[in-house]
Amino acid sequence: MSRITDTMNKLRTERKSALAIFLTGGDPSISASKNLILAAAKAGADIIEIGIPFSDPLADGPVIQRSFLRAIKAGANVTAILKLVESVRKEIETPIVFMVATTLVINHGVGKFMKDSAKAGVDGIILPDAPPEEADEFIPAARAAGLDTIFLAAPTSTPQRLKSVARLCTGFMYYINVSGVTGDKSATVADVGAQIRKAKKVSKAPVMAGFGVKTPEQAKALSKVADGVIIGSAAVDIVASAKNQSAAPEALARYIRSVRKAMDSH
Amino acid sequence: MTQPDTNGHFGVFGGQYVIETLMPALKQLDTEYERAMKSPKFHKRLERYHSTYIGRPTPLYFAESLTKAVGGARIYLKREDLTHTGAHKINNTIGQGLLALAMKKKRIIAETGAGQHGVATATAAALMGLKCDVFMGARDMERQALNVFRMRLLGARVIKVESGTQTLKDATSEAIRDWIGSVKDTHYIIGSVVGPHPFPKIVRDFQSVIGHEAKFQIMVKEGRLPDLLIACVGGGSNSMGLFHPFHHDEEVAMVGVEAAGLGISTGHHGAPLAKGKVGTLHGSKSYVMLDKDGQVMETHSISAGLDYPGVGPEHAWYRDTGRAEYAAVTDKEALAAFEKLSRLEGIIPALESAHAIAHAMKAGAKMKKNQVIIVCLSGRGDKDVVTAQRALGYEE
Repeated sequence: MSRITDTMNKLRTERKSALAIFLTGGDPSISASKNLILAAAKAGADIIEIGIPFSDPLADGPVIQRSFLRAIKAGANVTAILKLVESVRKEIETPIVFMVATTLVINHGVGKFMKDSAKAGVDGIILPDAPPEEADEFIPAARAAGLDTIFLAAPTSTPQRLKSVARLCTGFMYYINVSGVTGDKSATVADVGAQIRKAKKVSKAPVMAGFGVKTPEQAKALSKVADGVIIGSAAVDIVASAKNQSAAPEALARYIRSVRKAMDSH
Repeated sequence: MTQPDTNGHFGVFGGQYVIETLMPALKQLDTEYERAMKSPKFHKRLERYHSTYIGRPTPLYFAESLTKAVGGARIYLKREDLTHTGAHKINNTIGQGLLALAMKKKRIIAETGAGQHGVATATAAALMGLKCDVFMGARDMERQALNVFRMRLLGARVIKVESGTQTLKDATSEAIRDWIGSVKDTHYIIGSVVGPHPFPKIVRDFQSVIGHEAKFQIMVKEGRLPDLLIACVGGGSNSMGLFHPFHHDEEVAMVGVEAAGLGISTGHHGAPLAKGKVGTLHGSKSYVMLDKDGQVMETHSISAGLDYPGVGPEHAWYRDTGRAEYAAVTDKEALAAFEKLSRLEGIIPALESAHAIAHAMKAGAKMKKNQVIIVCLSGRGDKDVVTAQRALGYEE
């Protein structure tokens, strides 16, 4: 059983929803990034999603775009992020998934990328620009390395496409709440509830809802429908707007605790 | 085998490397496109615009003075510079505008570098009564202020892109980001044979009118097919438009000309087919200018239309299968050709097209006098006169 599935099962028996926190790897620096990941895990993140910085992320809004550029400037690349995970993995058991653009995977070598990731302690992989049509290029290598393969479903997905996405997912399915880029629009249960329920019906893996989730109240409401929520831009923004680097981990932890508290209250 | 396959692959290139949110729209576009291609009504409408609005067929002009000066092969110019709006871009925007109407989309968006595709899209939008937003890098808006005004005059909104390098690459990223959020009522008219499937196929097909006409025209003039086709390659739409109809004519050689910028060895260029690596950019797999970490590199070319780190997947496939060869021409060589064609033929070419002319002069000199070259003169040079004036030192 994978770390992700173990975690999801455990949460289910505790009647809790999962909270995944996205952080940009190497933002604002590799060492600061490590402290942030550890702080997030300690504050109650069930899954840490690490975005590998890419110069041209198409599905990301300004907050994550800027964090990617900051990280690249500070020296982040695939090798550095692999090392970061390796060092984080020595300290925590929290599942870690990579969110990575296909071109970085291809550039590293698909097979090598998956092996190196698994070896570093990564548990799953999300390729935001690989729809089911391009999945075959990546799935066999990922599975061979023992990584969960997480694919994305969208509000625009037809019932048939929802099924083909679900078939490819292990660990969890990533449901995109809003038709837009990250951090752009705000997700409400009224808008996405029905579609998430449909996704849950066709997916064997748990369904996590991401994009447009910012406030503890939103997270609470969505986690009643989905198996968990993913918060990205809001977390990255807290890191970016912290007064100084040493204050950022505590600011992030405070935010995560408030989200966790809202999600766990009935 | 016909290319691309149903998922848009040209060999290992192409495909649909985009977020799931866009996939249903891409499927719809492909379906609508295939339906339109089978509809006599669609073709009739497109042909009417070709002949009465764009000004097609464009002439195939025998460049006698240039031929004489080069002293080798007979050089013909396919005059896309004579189309309405002054470049081949209009062939694609009128076609895709009609598709937008067929899909009942109310708004179109586009990216633009030099502004030629933006102007052509704004033109199609004005003609067809569609709302139009054009994404343009802040740096390009400064460099191409006149085209910004033309787009506004045509009723389009020009959206300044301040992310990344503030040029064509980022304008394209920003247009795709807009589309992810607006896909329900918006059609994205991509400007070249790039992007996710079915765009490379659609743009190629709408631009293939260049090659189809040229093939007919050269048969009339020379009674045979040309020996060599030459066209510049940024994303690669005018070149693919010329090349594609000759794909199966094995006796016809093809050379795509990339921007060597300050020189291939300097690293400051726009030549992914010469120096790029396989990667994905803007939704398809092709050769991309990537650094050792896999990040997209900054490019350089004196011509904004060739200042792009990616290239259409079908060109990558042509390159790897050997169907076409790819050369590169520096800023300096392109400027010399720009001046030469102006003096010899009274034709001021776009700086993009001047790259093709520069290569034709080199290649033509080595060929026999009874051999025939067709060069795609993709656009006129009015937009480049300020840049050229500065670079050629005409300023008093």
